[in-house]
Amino acid sequence: MAAGPMKMRASLGAGFTEVRVLMTHPMETGLRKDADGKIVPQHFIQNLTVKVNGTTVMDAQISQAVSRNPVFSFRLKGGAKGDKIEVSWLDNHGESAAIEAAVA
Amino acid sequence: MRALAFGAALALSSAAYGQDVAKEIQRYRQMVAEGSPAELFELEGETLWQKPQGPKNVSLERCDLGEGPGVLKGAYAHLPRYFKDADRVMDLETRLLYCMTALQGRSREEATARVFGTADRASEFELLSAYIAGQSRGVAIRPGISHPKENASYELGRALYFHRVGAWDFSCASCHGEEGKRIRMQDLPVLYQPQYARPVLATWPAYRVSTSQFVTLQWRMNDCYRQMRTPEPTFGSETTVALIHFLTATAQGETYQGPGSKR
Repeated sequence: MAAGPMKMRASLGAGFTEVRVLMTHPMETGLRKDADGKIVPQHFIQNLTVKVNGTTVMDAQISQAVSRNPVFSFRLKGGAKGDKIEVSWLDNHGESAAIEAAVA
Repeated sequence: MRALAFGAALALSSAAYGQDVAKEIQRYRQMVAEGSPAELFELEGETLWQKPQGPKNVSLERCDLGEGPGVLKGAYAHLPRYFKDADRVMDLETRLLYCMTALQGRSREEATARVFGTADRASEFELLSAYIAGQSRGVAIRPGISHPKENASYELGRALYFHRVGAWDFSCASCHGEEGKRIRMQDLPVLYQPQYARPVLATWPAYRVSTSQFVTLQWRMNDCYRQMRTPEPTFGSETTVALIHFLTATAQGETYQGPGSKR
């Protein structure tokens, strides 16, 4: 399955940057069976990377426990208007997607 | 005396328990709303709106949703309404189907082959509904209720709401007719009363968390009739449009909030 769209908002708070990112992903656990009774193979995001102006500030490992079409929301220390935030994911099939937005 | 005191304590704790549950349900709903991926469906819907399709290989961008060809701002908040070209009242999905046949030259059979999608693949109507409804955020809900056919549709919808049908002799009002009722943790809004209809219609269509699907009002009508054990209503039929029209008119004046989220 081709990677679907992502959406991100990054806004400046008092001394922090609030980031909210939505991603399209089936996040299959490998435990579900399809209509024919066959196991649907595992397919989930494994790595989540957050970069600010090209520097990695967060590297997260997540698992099948996260829901389909996940939403992540987190705060980064500091930040300034116009900072470039890049969020990318990599799943267990080697597929990936990324989105970039400037802090507003 | 001891037994009496014990009984009173028990009553008190179950009342407190009920309050806790209500508060936790409220908290859960808020979390669901904050984490709604409805916007992703809006993005996909926008792409589909602009994608040339059908024998005529044109996009839906010239589709007139009531505000003029291609005008999307506020269009959803003013539906259902009467359309002169089709000579009938249409809701969003019925109008989209009209544009797919009239504009793109597709057959009704082909365009309605897959009206409700799955978690793996949303239907065209779901994606387009997400995008178009999103363009009415902040606009007051005002469906058409002046043309004679609009009045007739509204009245039909109202009659259908209370009309008991099928093997189980159910009407919409069987579940949505009394205050304070719920099924498991779902409150059952009394939808013929404005104060209940307003918050509901302001957040449909919506992302459904329990099934990871984006669902529309035509789907809701279809699924309610399924639960009532009636034969399946035709997509975009007079019946389903009239019900949607009645419910939307009951909620009129409320500010549309954009695609919401349901449990």
